[in-house]
Amino acid sequence: MPSLKSLRIRINSVKSTQKITSAMKMVAASKLRRAQSQAEAARPYAVRMSRMMASLGASVAGSPTAPKLLVGTGSDKVHLLVVVAGDRGLAGAFNTNVSRLGRNLARQLESEGKTVKILAIGRKARDYLRRELATRIVGDVSFAGRKSIGFADAEGIAQTVVGMLAAGEYDVCTLVYNRFQSVIAQIPTEMRLVPAPLPEGTEAASAASYEFEPDEETMLARLLPQNLAIQIYRALLETNAGFFGSQMTAMDNATRNAGDMIKRLTQNYNRARQANITRELIEIISGAEAV
Amino acid sequence: MPVELEIVSPEKLLLSRPVEMVVLPAYEGEMGVLPGHSPMIVLLRGGMIRLYEGGAVKEQLYVSGGFAEVTPERVTVLATEAIPSGEVSKAEGERRMAAAEADYDAADKADVTSLDVAMDKIQSARAMVDAAA
Repeated sequence: MPSLKSLRIRINSVKSTQKITSAMKMVAASKLRRAQSQAEAARPYAVRMSRMMASLGASVAGSPTAPKLLVGTGSDKVHLLVVVAGDRGLAGAFNTNVSRLGRNLARQLESEGKTVKILAIGRKARDYLRRELATRIVGDVSFAGRKSIGFADAEGIAQTVVGMLAAGEYDVCTLVYNRFQSVIAQIPTEMRLVPAPLPEGTEAASAASYEFEPDEETMLARLLPQNLAIQIYRALLETNAGFFGSQMTAMDNATRNAGDMIKRLTQNYNRARQANITRELIEIISGAEAV
Repeated sequence: MPVELEIVSPEKLLLSRPVEMVVLPAYEGEMGVLPGHSPMIVLLRGGMIRLYEGGAVKEQLYVSGGFAEVTPERVTVLATEAIPSGEVSKAEGERRMAAAEADYDAADKADVTSLDVAMDKIQSARAMVDAAA
């Protein structure tokens, strides 16, 4: 039976842990709201961008001079995986899930005899992948210590991806990130970036009626990198929102667990205290009787 | 009948309202769009978007580049960056100008596409300085 003092110390320590986790939960909740509204605000641009892509892509896809970003290099030997996870932990399985999907994908591609290169976005993705696939990592980006993510950050990553394609360093590029389905559900997802999947064009039929200035190809050469940046931006924002959602859930659980633990410890403490009192009483009474 | 104008940046929807006419800094020169314009997709260089109402310029915005989709009823501008004319900073424009010129000097003169991009950046920065002046 642990002593009364040691129980008291444990109860106090669990209580202060509970205070920390519940504060973290509050902070995550308010950051989640901000991240969600940022993701919300980015949607109109993405929607219109994909509409434009649909009408442009349809008219150029067939041509032999179509840019590499759209049609690929014609080979699929070298794969670039862009794995996006958070920069911080204490968010349940959020970082692990997406990193594991990235690792499994890399393993699977390698078992098919392909070469894999990895671009790790977020400190946790880099740390996880470095354990097993360190030699495949060609670069990493981290936003640790940053207040918010801007479009410029996504543009920077997109430039890296485009530059690597131009240099012939990979054939197919896949983005692995946590899709934000709801506050409690983030789904690790893979999405192909290069060659760019054309959005299913409901407006493909009307595409022919557009005039382009300048011509389609010049246009596409500008639009594709921008589209890439937008996809990455979206993934960054969804990761950001998902991270806080996941952290909030994890901290909520931790707070509840701490509560349960405090209850149990308090009960033990009271029992021990009462046992002590009873024992002392017996000692006094039996002492009195002996006299 | 007015034309519905929407200006969106990657970060947010900046403006959405009907105007009488809008002038876009299109790639091959300024382009005025009135209702009933034939459907077009245009590339924008850096410059001013002018909103006309009642026959006069009502509002101006600087865009650093982007795309615009024109249909008979609607103009959608996908701006990389858009700033109301009053808030454009001359210092920022000059800083970008210097950076763009350095880029241009550093660019491979044989590679036409990268030169084009560098040229566009210079133009866009110049338009920003002009807008602030």
